[in-house]
Amino acid sequence: MSTLSLSSAFVLLLRRDLVLAYRRRAELMNPLLFFVLVTSLFPLGIGNDPKLIQAVGSGVIWVAALLAALLSLDSMFRSDFDDGSLEQFMLSAHPVSILVLAKVLAHWLVTGLPLLLVAPLLGVLLALPGDAIGVLMLTLILGTPVLSLIGAVGVALTVGLRRGGVILSLLVLPLYVPVLIFGADAMETAAAGIPATAQLSFLGALLALSLALAPMATAASLRVSLS
Amino acid sequence: MKEFFAMGGYAFYVWTSYGLALVVLTINLLAPIRQRRRLLTDIARRMRRARRER
Amino acid sequence: MIVRFFHRMASPMHFYRIAGLFVPWLGVLSAALLLAGLYGGLVLAPTDYQQGESYRIIFIHVPAAWMSLFIYVVMAAGGLISLVWRIKLAEVIAISSAPIGASFTFLALVTGSLWGKPMWGTWWVWDARLTSELILLFLYLGVIALYGAIEDKRVAARAVAILALVGVVNIPIIHYSVEWWNTLHQPATITKFDKPSIHLSMLVPLLLMALAFKLYYATVVLMRARCEVLERERNSRWVQSLVEPAAR
Repeated sequence: MSTLSLSSAFVLLLRRDLVLAYRRRAELMNPLLFFVLVTSLFPLGIGNDPKLIQAVGSGVIWVAALLAALLSLDSMFRSDFDDGSLEQFMLSAHPVSILVLAKVLAHWLVTGLPLLLVAPLLGVLLALPGDAIGVLMLTLILGTPVLSLIGAVGVALTVGLRRGGVILSLLVLPLYVPVLIFGADAMETAAAGIPATAQLSFLGALLALSLALAPMATAASLRVSLS
Repeated sequence: MKEFFAMGGYAFYVWTSYGLALVVLTINLLAPIRQRRRLLTDIARRMRRARRER
Repeated sequence: MIVRFFHRMASPMHFYRIAGLFVPWLGVLSAALLLAGLYGGLVLAPTDYQQGESYRIIFIHVPAAWMSLFIYVVMAAGGLISLVWRIKLAEVIAISSAPIGASFTFLALVTGSLWGKPMWGTWWVWDARLTSELILLFLYLGVIALYGAIEDKRVAARAVAILALVGVVNIPIIHYSVEWWNTLHQPATITKFDKPSIHLSMLVPLLLMALAFKLYYATVVLMRARCEVLERERNSRWVQSLVEPAAR
């Protein structure tokens, strides 16, 4: 019985999840539509004065991105937990944190990255200046994987619960605060024309830290909630 | 003595925060005591019922 | 001797008995320190030249804020010990600390806003420390909600241990990013919310109160831990003999 090498197991799992997600293509649109919808709600609430909307714009977009990521988190382990394949992954010879990384990467490719496609549209909706939209996409590239990685820990802790949704947001949103602060602030400084390298480097540091620690925490939480 | 309670005009703020501190501390103190008493009686009742069935 | 003590402490029965011995002494000591701190703070400490009498709220606000952080760290340490060495006792201490930590955080938040009102006229100021304290409260509520949601208490305790560890890693990051965020959006009107220059006659009661809160925490966490042990060992022999020694 040829044992799979770690990298081929990683690629296999990644491809499996992407194919599964591709089969339910229609569902992939939901986070995008939610992102645009929430962002366009704010001007309705605030009023159509462009200066006001522009001042609030970066914060609004990032809060909407946070909520869209949070909404799509539940699907990460839910289907595997229901049909029992999650237990099979846990039993594999390979380190579980690498397999979890594959699942989180697949989830990010399917839900986090597509948020970028919609970013220019939102930039126009909220009257953001040109380079702010560019920085918005940069912060989304750096920020959304952090949201998926930290969210994975929360999902792993609540995967066993029937109504885990509300608790998941209570667990995960406080941990999203640094990403929100630096993401929104990067856009604001970019809108003011100042280069936002400091904030972007912080987002990069957050990404590196969560890339290193989150899979281990997720693996440990899966082991606990499946025991 | 009276001006002590007046707290230089800030009586409401100072005494509300000290009062709240007292409330929070006593609630946290009484909760385990009540819980322990409830637990012991519950275990005793369960044991009596178990013995009656034997 | 110390090792034997800790070794025996691991067994629930011994813990229950030994904790029972400690609780009254810790309680009396913390009450004494609390009274001394209150007397020092309310009566002996002079009036602050800037804020008049309203500054006396720091004798509750600051120790409570210190406690909220301290208890979270203790909870995370308990979680780590219970995860790595499988000591059930550490789990019990971590679980019992969560509600106490949450109430200290709540106390720090409310007293912070009560202190802010006379100084700036608003009940809530998005100040760096108060905002971090608010997020810490959400972290505590997340821990308590998770523990409540999972039926099997053993699994729940280990899940909470992991959440507390993830939380404690994030606390400095959150605090730093909130400080960064606060310095950026510093509205000119509201002065920086810094501690008044601590004069000795103010510092001593502050430290007394902090120590009293710590001993109070020790007392209450041991009491809660005993309840937790009773709950978990309810059908073991020593609990039943405890409940009805005569009828056995």
